[in-house]
Amino acid sequence: MAGRHGIHLPTTLPGSTSRVSRRAALGGAAGLGGAAFLSSCSGAGGGGTAGGGGGGGDDKTVNVIMVNNPQMVDLQKLTKDNFTKDTGITVNYTVLPENDVRDKISQEFSSQAGQYDVASISNYEVPFYSKNGWLAPLDDFISGDSGFNQSDIIKPLATALTGEDGKVYAEPFYGESSFLMYRKDVFESKGLTMPDKPTWAEVAAFAAQLDGAMPNMKGIALRGLPGWGQVFAPLTTVVNTFGGTWFDEDWTAKVNAPEFVEATKFYVDLVRAHGENGAPQAGFTECLNGMTQSQVAMWYDATSAAGSLDAEGSPVAGKVGYVAAPVDQTESSGWLYTWAWGVQKASKRQDNAWKFISWASSQKYEELVGAQVGWASVPAGKRNSTYENADYQKAAAPFYKETQTAINAANPANPGVQPRPAPGIQFVAIPEFADLGTQVSQFVSSAIAGQTSVEDALNQGQELATKLVSDKYKK
Amino acid sequence: MSASTAPSHPRVGPDRPQGSAGSARRAADWARRAPLLPALLFTIVVTQLPFVATIVISFMNWNSYYPQDRGFGGVDNYVSVFTNAQLRQAVVNTVVLTVTVVLVSLVLGMLIALLLDRKFAGRGAVRTMMIAPFLVVPIAAALLWKHALFNPNYGLFNGTINAVWKLFGSDSAPQVDWLSTAPKIAIEVSLIWQWTPFMMLILLAGLQSKPADAEEAARMDGATSFQIFRYLTFPHLRQYLELGGLLGAIYIVQNFDAVFTITAGGLGTANLPYTIYQTVFSAHDYGLASAMGVVVVIATIIIATFALRVVSSMFKQEVGR
Repeated sequence: MAGRHGIHLPTTLPGSTSRVSRRAALGGAAGLGGAAFLSSCSGAGGGGTAGGGGGGGDDKTVNVIMVNNPQMVDLQKLTKDNFTKDTGITVNYTVLPENDVRDKISQEFSSQAGQYDVASISNYEVPFYSKNGWLAPLDDFISGDSGFNQSDIIKPLATALTGEDGKVYAEPFYGESSFLMYRKDVFESKGLTMPDKPTWAEVAAFAAQLDGAMPNMKGIALRGLPGWGQVFAPLTTVVNTFGGTWFDEDWTAKVNAPEFVEATKFYVDLVRAHGENGAPQAGFTECLNGMTQSQVAMWYDATSAAGSLDAEGSPVAGKVGYVAAPVDQTESSGWLYTWAWGVQKASKRQDNAWKFISWASSQKYEELVGAQVGWASVPAGKRNSTYENADYQKAAAPFYKETQTAINAANPANPGVQPRPAPGIQFVAIPEFADLGTQVSQFVSSAIAGQTSVEDALNQGQELATKLVSDKYKK
Repeated sequence: MSASTAPSHPRVGPDRPQGSAGSARRAADWARRAPLLPALLFTIVVTQLPFVATIVISFMNWNSYYPQDRGFGGVDNYVSVFTNAQLRQAVVNTVVLTVTVVLVSLVLGMLIALLLDRKFAGRGAVRTMMIAPFLVVPIAAALLWKHALFNPNYGLFNGTINAVWKLFGSDSAPQVDWLSTAPKIAIEVSLIWQWTPFMMLILLAGLQSKPADAEEAARMDGATSFQIFRYLTFPHLRQYLELGGLLGAIYIVQNFDAVFTITAGGLGTANLPYTIYQTVFSAHDYGLASAMGVVVVIATIIIATFALRVVSSMFKQEVGR
């Protein structure tokens, strides 16, 4: 084997271990295994007191499970020196990415295990969580807490977090709607004027004129990435305003109805003709990149994007204008989304849970973030008082008014032209929608890529909607 | 065995000791085995119980949004697995993805391994560099391909096309939207880039265990390089090719990162692991997802059996040498 030396390869040469060493290795492994087994036994033997955020029932803790968004990470950092110092209550946080957190929370709340007292849920979950009796109503706490000021909560959010029985089931941490963002300088150079309340027809005409306004610039960015919370968030608002709906009042699926098809065709054609390159893989992040890199002149998406566009160091800061979400047949079409705090019904520490919520969703907490982290990072979009605060107005000057207007204009109970069986603007607030929306979004994404026609995509969507939802709910 | 239940017809059972010598030997055997039992138990708990739980759940109707409807569902989930058109598509996608990536990686890996088997200055450095793609975290590799290479606006591929066109004085280079026009191929290419080094490693190990004298003898007899490859090297490499192919297949069948990151399962690229993920995380249907998981595991076991056979045949040969 001359010349085969100096090989730095993890080659396992079969048969290189002699019998003795192999047995020794086996013995060693067995010893290790035994030891690990014993230790795992003692660990598991600990039972309820081990890990998992201290399942014990003492009255000085509260267990919170929440999504790992930046605003929540700030909250975690500020808890010890403020909330715990003032109240003596220790908060045990469990922080996970969005998909994992949804799954974990739905398991936890459906089994009512009582391990977590507070969870970050959204206006998507509240309607059916509250119907299933998984959430503790908060009205008594609210009326007993004069400092909280429930009337300051922006109206559509408060409504969206109220159950069918009229009780409040969650308090918002921050909220968002959607609006149209456009490059003021590009519009000026082209001699175009953006109306305050544009229609989709106007937006499509602008997009055609803005192609190539700057080198490599396209008219408009719209999401195309599959996912119920990706392409279908903006697309469902377009469907609403074109007169379409996922389901009519008696749960008949309307996914291949003419209005739904017309709206989807409009969206797909607009993206294909004047949208960003690589649209089928463009989600929120990719569109945001496109807008900051001057690759698109307009973008219809979440109001929370404005903070990034006008952040310090953003190449387009100060050049972006904001107007209401484009419409067709309805008065407004902005969506509504909020991360909010819900209390598990089985929780033994509901008083502590409310104290935590009352602090985290308070006006005072926003001021604390403003002072310690910066006003741009404030969990905004939930209280009207935020928008009257001079410091916040300065930090969010270009977009705070439009954001507040957009959230206030949202109406989840009646987002379209026909009565709906379940609330929700950019989604249908039923457990099956996440799966249905995601599956249909993959067909729509294929249509944007030109692999299928919109009709085919939505016919498949209709089949799915009937199978997954109509058949179940019409019984 | 306890003797508390006296049998009505006393007879010598097979488990009765056959005299004192046998029992002494058995006691000695057990004395030797006893310390291993905790380890065996631990192994069973760690490796087998989760799968047993999966099998049990796969026969249940269990959707976490409907806790009150949880119950035994018989083979409903398996019927859904085999009748669902989307799932069939996912199976086809998985097979296509796996076969393509494995075959292309093997061919490329073999060519590179043959090149690296020669002596040249800096061979060690080149070999180390060749291995690098396999060491990149899969999700990072997927992001790299999605954004740095395939992106139609700022990706390297379109940038290169632009640069070439500029050389010839043209400003209107075609800007291909790679991921939309060829989503499956895009995912396959990114995986091939990751798996070629792995195949190269295995094949290089095979080449380096090749006896050099046979090749010398063949050269003396006037065999061409191609003939040497065809009649000596390739037969010797066969089992290494099989091993690489099977190990690669086992891993690539389970690939999730590339599909999740590059296309989010859109454009007809959803494979089985991604579909299972969706069934758990968007539909919250644990029963159906478990059934899918069981089907995938059974398929993987069939593949793995072949792999183990190949490995054991290699062991036999090594021992026989």
